[in-house]
Amino acid sequence: MNDAQVEALVEAAEEGVEIDGLRIAQERSGYRFETPERTHEGLSGSELRTAAEESPWFVSNWHYWTHVVGGPESARHEYLRWVEGADDHAVPERYEALSTGLTREWGQLSITATLADDGVRRYDLRHVADGDRAEEDLETHVDPLDARRIATYDDDGRYRPLSTAPTLRTGWVYPDLDGRALVETVEFLYPATVENWNRERRGELDITHFRETAERQTGIYSIVEGLSVEELEAAAEACCVDSQCLKRRMWDEDEETPLDVPRGEEAFPCREPCSLLVTAARKFVTLGREETRSYEFELTPTEKEQIEGIIDAVADGRVGEIREADLNDGANRYRARYLRALRGGEHGLSNTPTYPEDHD
Amino acid sequence: MQALVIVAHGSHLNPDSSTPTYDHADAIRATGAFDEVREAFWKEEPSFREALRTVEAEEVYVVPLFISEGYFTEQVIPREMRLEEWDVADWGSEDGVSASSATYEAADVEKTIHYCGPVGTHEVMSDVIVRRAESVTGDPEVGAGFGLAIVGHGTERNENSAKAIHYHTERIREMGRFDQVEAVFMDEEPEVDDVTEFFDSEDIVVVPLFVADGFHTQEDIPEDMGLTDDFREGYPVPGEVDGHRIWYAGAVGTESLMADVVLERAAEAGADIGDARTRIEERSAPSVAGE
Ligand code: SF4
Repeated sequence: MNDAQVEALVEAAEEGVEIDGLRIAQERSGYRFETPERTHEGLSGSELRTAAEESPWFVSNWHYWTHVVGGPESARHEYLRWVEGADDHAVPERYEALSTGLTREWGQLSITATLADDGVRRYDLRHVADGDRAEEDLETHVDPLDARRIATYDDDGRYRPLSTAPTLRTGWVYPDLDGRALVETVEFLYPATVENWNRERRGELDITHFRETAERQTGIYSIVEGLSVEELEAAAEACCVDSQCLKRRMWDEDEETPLDVPRGEEAFPCREPCSLLVTAARKFVTLGREETRSYEFELTPTEKEQIEGIIDAVADGRVGEIREADLNDGANRYRARYLRALRGGEHGLSNTPTYPEDHD
Repeated sequence: MQALVIVAHGSHLNPDSSTPTYDHADAIRATGAFDEVREAFWKEEPSFREALRTVEAEEVYVVPLFISEGYFTEQVIPREMRLEEWDVADWGSEDGVSASSATYEAADVEKTIHYCGPVGTHEVMSDVIVRRAESVTGDPEVGAGFGLAIVGHGTERNENSAKAIHYHTERIREMGRFDQVEAVFMDEEPEVDDVTEFFDSEDIVVVPLFVADGFHTQEDIPEDMGLTDDFREGYPVPGEVDGHRIWYAGAVGTESLMADVVLERAAEAGADIGDARTRIEERSAPSVAGE
């Protein structure tokens, strides 16, 4: 708290103040000053000043939210309050916690709020996996715009087309952001998540379900309307579960038809099938146009399981983790090459042609 | 408060696709002309669908970083941004190269949306093409003794894309600066493959009217022109083809003066941009040898 904050508060008292347990009202007998710990009534202007000075945390807290953060209805304001649990924890408790740092997770982001001078909050933003690492060991950033580049590639240097895929690169930190810059940075890493989270909390999330999105498509995407509900479930299972995308899927086939696929656990919702899902759906529709056929393959039971294991390894993104000489793992490269050498033929697996009619 | 939203195509596959959008947005941010500047993409995030809600300002200027008026600017963007009253006639562009701007409400936010024509058909774009020629040759006076080829995609999905190419070709021709100015295309006649046949001058500057570098500008066009056999090995600038020297510029959209066109679009729609244009022009002035 500082003098200017007290002055501003006394000035605001004429209009009345109410925030986080601090209440100031002008009554006939003078000002009424109230915190959960004490109440004073019939105060003159200078007595009000003294009362305020005796509750410095309440004063600086009021000042931070009304004057530093501002924009009381904005998603930014609501988000910053969520970061420090402002709606659930009283000011004294919160200030104690902020003095050593209060940490929240948002997808793969870890946000730690602390107190600087006069109750102004500062925020440290980093990857959850870098939670305890010393700042010196991380690449330090100050400019929110850098976040676009942090989000571009994963730890293996691959392009990340989906910002909320759980593949955010590690090894960086924003050690000292103000509130506005924090929200900007989060929004560069996970675009629109803060706004949609806020809409959802207010009960105003505008969900667009798959059928409606599909119907709107034109050009090469107009065919996605043809996806069946089974195929749509497989598509959501393929793209939208938490291991692939951290947004919590709130859309379904339509309002009446929920998909039997886990929605995800994160705080921020997905309000509509994204462009990646629509692009994938287009491919899935074309795949679905083919009729199934019966094939006969000669495989040992272990080989059959090995093929299933290879599908799993690719689907679960596990291929890179399989050790070079781990011959017990069916998806090991040597094992896969051996299978191909032994069972592959001119016509593919088990030398069974894909289109037998072409080989009669 | 006023915000600028630059909308572009983006890519699921090519991380460089969004680079020019980010660069121009950053140049405009640095001028301070807008309270907020945000990028939005068809294939990246924030999506066209959710971009408007990511800005706090009530006045929003939406400028498409697209080359032509057509499918994306007339159908996809207004639809995805929920400009329900959109009517292409409001742009007053009967010839496909004269889009201005129109003002709407969007269905999901309480804001006024000024939807501007694409950068590609703005007249200042001709200057950007010329600037690109200056940049690639390193000569701020380039013109005499040089031919200029402007490369377009062709009609494939959108007949207006060729109109934008012809429009700038004509305008730059009228400047009388280059010996010859010709329009060439990737998938229709006259084809970029035969570019050397269309010019008498030994030197030809080739500028693709594309927003970002990608497969077309970095792989197809250099190979089609015979500048390289394998794009992975790169191409020389200038490169010799059939007795001509080809100065291949890559996508015009990467030229820093593009930010100026974005600003101009927003200003014409009513944005207060102060002296931001001057600041962009100073910032993107070509570095001249000896300066
Ligand atoms: S549609 Fe699926 S993959 Fe796309 S953002 Fe939503 S949850 Fe993620």
